[in-house]
Amino acid sequence: MTDIGAALPNPPDKKPWQLSDAMTRRVRRRKRADIRFQLYGVGAILIALGVLAILLISVIGAGLGGFVQTRLALDVTFDEQIIDPDGTRDPAKLMQANYSTILKDAIAKAYPDVTERQDKRDLQKLFSNSARYEFRDKVLGDPSIIGTTQRVWVLAASDADVFFKQGGTSRELAEGDRRLNDKQIVWLDQLADRGGVEKGFNWSFFTAADSREPESAGIGGALVGSFFTLLITLAFCVPIGVMAAIYLEEFAPKNRLTDLIEVNINNLAAVPSIIFGLLGLAVFIQVFHLPRSAPLVGGLTLSLMILPTIIVATRAALKAVPPSIREAAYGVGASPIQVVTSHVLPLAMPGVLTGTIIGMAHALGETAPLLMIGMVAFIVDLPGGPTDAATVLPVQIFLWADSPERGFEEKTAAGIMVLLAFLILMNSIAIYLRKRFEVRW
Amino acid sequence: MQLTILIGALVVLTVLAFVYGRRRALVSVRGNRRALHSMPVYHGWLVSIWCGLPAVLLLVLWLALRGTILESYIEDALGPELAGTATDMKSALIDDVRALAAGERIAREPAPALLEAADRYASLKSTADAAVLVIGLVVAGLGLGFAWRRIGPKLRARNNVEAVVRVVLLLCSLVAIVTTIGIVLSVLFESIRFFGRIPFWDFLFGLEWSPQMAIRTDQVGASGAFGIIPLFAGTLYITLIALLIAMPIGLLSAIYMAEYASPRFRDVAKPILEILAGVPTVVYGFFAALTVAPAFRDAGAALGLGVSSESALAAGVVMGIMIIPFISSLTDDAIVAVPRSLREGAYALGATKAETVINVIVPAALPGIVASFLLAVSRAIGETMIVVMAAGLTANLTANPLDSMTTITVQIVTLLVGDQEFDSPKTLAAFALGLALFVATLALNIVALHVSRKYRERYD
Repeated sequence: MTDIGAALPNPPDKKPWQLSDAMTRRVRRRKRADIRFQLYGVGAILIALGVLAILLISVIGAGLGGFVQTRLALDVTFDEQIIDPDGTRDPAKLMQANYSTILKDAIAKAYPDVTERQDKRDLQKLFSNSARYEFRDKVLGDPSIIGTTQRVWVLAASDADVFFKQGGTSRELAEGDRRLNDKQIVWLDQLADRGGVEKGFNWSFFTAADSREPESAGIGGALVGSFFTLLITLAFCVPIGVMAAIYLEEFAPKNRLTDLIEVNINNLAAVPSIIFGLLGLAVFIQVFHLPRSAPLVGGLTLSLMILPTIIVATRAALKAVPPSIREAAYGVGASPIQVVTSHVLPLAMPGVLTGTIIGMAHALGETAPLLMIGMVAFIVDLPGGPTDAATVLPVQIFLWADSPERGFEEKTAAGIMVLLAFLILMNSIAIYLRKRFEVRW
Repeated sequence: MQLTILIGALVVLTVLAFVYGRRRALVSVRGNRRALHSMPVYHGWLVSIWCGLPAVLLLVLWLALRGTILESYIEDALGPELAGTATDMKSALIDDVRALAAGERIAREPAPALLEAADRYASLKSTADAAVLVIGLVVAGLGLGFAWRRIGPKLRARNNVEAVVRVVLLLCSLVAIVTTIGIVLSVLFESIRFFGRIPFWDFLFGLEWSPQMAIRTDQVGASGAFGIIPLFAGTLYITLIALLIAMPIGLLSAIYMAEYASPRFRDVAKPILEILAGVPTVVYGFFAALTVAPAFRDAGAALGLGVSSESALAAGVVMGIMIIPFISSLTDDAIVAVPRSLREGAYALGATKAETVINVIVPAALPGIVASFLLAVSRAIGETMIVVMAAGLTANLTANPLDSMTTITVQIVTLLVGDQEFDSPKTLAAFALGLALFVATLALNIVALHVSRKYRERYD
């Protein structure tokens, strides 16, 4: 590149060590090209980071509302004639009493001037149906309130909830474009003027299971389901993965079987997760007749899926233990198994733990294989054990994202925030462990 | 119930075997530990292994075979009911019997013969389980007695225990092979059944995909079309869009990280990029469906283009974002592996950094980069949640990225989610698609491995 410059004699106004003008221009151009190239790199990174920011902002923006719920005040008369006409206070009777009527009466009392049939129906749509269960639990908890009138804060129905969360901005839209009609907005405003609207933290979001009504749906059931699923995954894949890694790293002879195992582990790591779902469906459910939709099957499927992760991480941790440790142990007469169990494995434990947590985080975020084994069922109860039908956090998010109701959107995003929080927590623990216990030999 | 008792009893027995085996070893040498060949603990372990292992193997064997054995008895019991029914009906009936026996309700009013068979099944099952309980306990007792008698100073307990441990370690590492075999067999078996109904060539070269197989055979339009070409086209199209996004961004960011960035910038930016890799795919799906697809639709409307709200473009772009960190970290590894001497040779010739990267480093790292692209393709083809949530359901054979398209994984999910009979062509088709997916990704992975191994330059 420089030989062209050298071949041409420098113009008389230049000293021999100075570059010719043509040369300077070329160098400048090449320098500019270098800077341009560098800027492409910066741009690429900025795009990636920007997309991450947009993703997080759009999720958080949509999801914060999910942690807040609107409650509306109602003066509820717990009419003895309706709840318990016989006066026996038998819990079984109280359980089945007609609380819908109580709700309707309370609403009618709060709005005495609403008389038309259609209006009444529209009015009732502002209050969540789940109020019936709140009344029931109140009565069962304290039967002495029967016959009295109490002020009860009931959940607002999803549309009213969204209306208040948006600060009532939707009232500027044309009536046809919004979910609430003009009259409903007037009623809500009346209630707000009377101090009958209250926003609070949505605790039930963390304790309740799924529901058809967005306002009372929660991720509690999915959290319990995820917990059982991960428990099963942990119980199966950690012992198997660690033992397989010990075998391959410490004992395996160099032969074709060992090669085959290694090739298989590498391939399994690259098999699409949905294929593991097909495997779970065909083997665990069709052949072994394990219960469908159960965390047991989900956990088994996921443990097969993250087995390669655990094996690779454990092998790396075992490899990092220096040979001198092994030789010292052999030197004092330990058998090969004793060398591994009492010296190598304890020293590799932080690495194993880190790999396990990362694998678990992967399993927690996985959806597709669980769809295959039927964990997409609509389940309104908290699962009581690993063989009960259950759903998990990411599947719950998928189900809500698929629901047409507007109110589920913020639930979906709120669920994603909880999922991401768990993942960040798990990964931070893994990073902390690595930093804290990492030994440089 | 009986089996739960057996498991509980075995747990108690093995623990007791360990405690007393250890004690007996010490007693056998009157507390003089040095007289023992193995430490007392190993005697304990050996006794518990002899007590627990054979019984547990028996239990596992029984659990694996119970379904098949009892099923043949149900078939006998249901003899007249089953005569002449198709295999589909047969397995449905047997499932009903099983459910009834477990005390569950079934969808329809059970026939008396069915109830009778369920009763017989339940009693048979409990008798058989009780027999297994007794046999299991006897086996455990025999094993315990055998090992118990052998305890003594000369017993090489440690060697025996370690032999067992080695076998267990080997078995654990064989799980990987078993899993692969399980995957192949499970998709292959159902696929073969599928190809028994739909000709293989129709599946592979059919231009139409509409699996709306009727629930009843006499329904209008009962036969679905199972041609995989539109699905392949959709999958590859979305993958192509994803790669067009991810390849330049991933490659350029990896180059910047490896060659230009200061260590401090790298320490901050790299973990943040890794976050992109850790985000669950369902979150990307939500992002695609909630943010990206509507944005594209509105932008298209502003430009006067009709963009489908489930456009292939939105799904492809988001999938591209998902695989950026995948490409960038693999490419980064390949670039870092290029030895310093090559860079310094280029600098010594007066090349700028960009010239060095383009003319020296990228060619040297090319096998690794190509392998990372191939792995990214395999990842994109197998990706499920983004396309399930953001791409369409109907199979369109089109080249317009603004149209809705469907992919193999989307169809697997739609065919299998929901309660269906296991034997309808629809569910079997899902397994055939799974087979196609498995073969495609496996081939890509093998090619990627081959490329990175064969064409890698050696600089020793």
